[in-house]
Amino acid sequence: MAEIILRDIEKYFGAVYVIRKLNLTIKHREFVVLLGPSGCGKTTTLRAVAGLEDVDSGDILIDGKPVQQLEAGDRDIAFVFQLFALYPHLTAYENIAFPLRATSESKASVEAKVRAVAKSLQIEHLLGKRPSALAGGDMQRVAIGRALVRRPKAMLMDEPMGALDAKLREEMRTELKRLHLENESTTVYVTHDQVEAMSLADRIAIMNEGVLQQVGTPDDVYHRPANLFVAQFVGSPVMNIAAANVKADGSRSLLALGKGAAPFEFPKSLIRHLSDAKANDLTVGIRPEGVLVSQTETAGYVPVTAHLIEPLGAYDIVDLKVGAQLVRARTASGYVSKVGARVWARLDPAQTHFFDTRTTDSLRIRLVDGAH
Amino acid sequence: MAGVLDTSPAARAVTRGWSDLTIRNVFIIPTILFLIIFNIFPLIYSLGYSFTDFRASVNEPANFVGLQNFRELLTDERIWNNFWVTAKYVIVSVGGQMTVGFGLALLLNRAMPAKGLITTLLLLPMMMSAAVVGLFWRLLYDPSWGPLNYALGLGDLAWLSNADVALYAVAITDIWMWAPFVMLLSLAGLSAVPQHLYEAAAIDRASAWYTFSRITLPLVTPLLLIALIFRTMEAFKTFDIAYIMSTQPTTELISIKLYKFAFQEWQTGKSCALAYIVLIMVLAITNIYVKYLNKVKER
Repeated sequence: MAEIILRDIEKYFGAVYVIRKLNLTIKHREFVVLLGPSGCGKTTTLRAVAGLEDVDSGDILIDGKPVQQLEAGDRDIAFVFQLFALYPHLTAYENIAFPLRATSESKASVEAKVRAVAKSLQIEHLLGKRPSALAGGDMQRVAIGRALVRRPKAMLMDEPMGALDAKLREEMRTELKRLHLENESTTVYVTHDQVEAMSLADRIAIMNEGVLQQVGTPDDVYHRPANLFVAQFVGSPVMNIAAANVKADGSRSLLALGKGAAPFEFPKSLIRHLSDAKANDLTVGIRPEGVLVSQTETAGYVPVTAHLIEPLGAYDIVDLKVGAQLVRARTASGYVSKVGARVWARLDPAQTHFFDTRTTDSLRIRLVDGAH
Repeated sequence: MAGVLDTSPAARAVTRGWSDLTIRNVFIIPTILFLIIFNIFPLIYSLGYSFTDFRASVNEPANFVGLQNFRELLTDERIWNNFWVTAKYVIVSVGGQMTVGFGLALLLNRAMPAKGLITTLLLLPMMMSAAVVGLFWRLLYDPSWGPLNYALGLGDLAWLSNADVALYAVAITDIWMWAPFVMLLSLAGLSAVPQHLYEAAAIDRASAWYTFSRITLPLVTPLLLIALIFRTMEAFKTFDIAYIMSTQPTTELISIKLYKFAFQEWQTGKSCALAYIVLIMVLAITNIYVKYLNKVKER
């Protein structure tokens, strides 16, 4: 069992308040990704759990026991560093064996464990080499091997793929996922790469400026972002965000992006969710795939012009001009033939998010596509 | 000529300052001439003398005597005694410098107040003239009114006139003077060990001793070896402090013997031969170190 609980964690670096009252529970065998931009405090949080950094207040509990007073070595956790931190003068074998030898395990037991880990990581042929003779991905495998060999209560990883190229990252992602499923160790993983977070995590904890923004499954944070920060940080291409106002109009609500622009149709229920003040000052967010595009005039669609087309192979990202506002839509490859073309667009109510402009929090309005 | 014909941007950039040619003429040629006149020429000329019975004090031509000088020196028990004294001195002095220097570096290799000032103060002995150091320590060692015996409560121990102690007294002075050098190189080595390796070791549950012996020590070994090479070479040819501090036969290092041959007994040819024997020994010892250093660096 390894359950990690962070309770009201606070941390200052001098006058800089880097972790602000952070509360997070990581369940046994769970893979949790701490996601956020550089300097948001995610690495500091991870290092605090590892015991490489002290916290100024709050409790860190591993399996219910407070560990703030314990040295890193006494917390029974493993840590994979961003730059691997392999011992340069030792071979891959000696690196993996290091944590076992440091606690004076018998030679036979060390040998057996190192071989087993090397086999599962497919690095048996590299065991005799020093880190300087290894490629980036293999150094990473050795570093993970060194972490796994002890069978620690929990694995902590600090941007372990930060130093790898795009292709290797993809490979290692799959491999990490497999290793996690095989080893079933509780894992906390820090990254600023939202694709990595989405693909690996059971749950994602998104941080910004030391504050935890949202904790949820990849599906949660993608489809139900708690605030504008999460909405824009998760997903690629980035979610469209625009100021909007909503009016009632018979059996529908009309949502306009800025003054004078042709309004989009929404179900009547939208206006009922909004106070008058909110209806006039609202921020909407919609992912490019929620912007529906038609080449022919269609009921409920608004005429727009294509401003820019980015062909990405599997699909195109088309910048549509809606009044003064640009909205990015995802279309089938080549669907909008040329820049300047007139097309019709609609915002899918089920995929539209509504945020309070002032607090940036989600208004938690979920609409079903009832207009048609 | 090149400056006229070559109008490439790179060439023009060079001519804006001093050209390679000017730099060669102003710096490199004088240096090489200087080296040839004062180093290379005497080196070769003295090799010639080592095969003769030349005496610089008498106005007689040198006679070629073949290997006689070398034969005499290498079969002379007194010379071997000088080598034995030198060996003891090198081992005690360099061993002490390495231990004290590396120890100081370990103490200094952490965040502490006034670290810069402490480091600078510790480096001071190294910057003093050996003659001054020798005279100064002779005062410290003085049996009747030297502060050292008083401070250590050793009564009237005669450090420098006691045949058994004198060599070690000189070695202690040398350690005091040169341990800072080892400390400086060790500090450079220690601060070059990446912090994340210590963090990894802490996570890996390595004890302080295990971390030191398996991570710190192997990673600073190359620099320690460089310090060892420098200090061994220097200690082997120590003349000044030993000559100034003690006249005991037990402190007669090989370089002192060499000096006596050359400038007291005026056996110029024989002293040249001895100088060559010393040179070959120093080269042999440092070669062993360098081989080992290269082996360590390969890792």
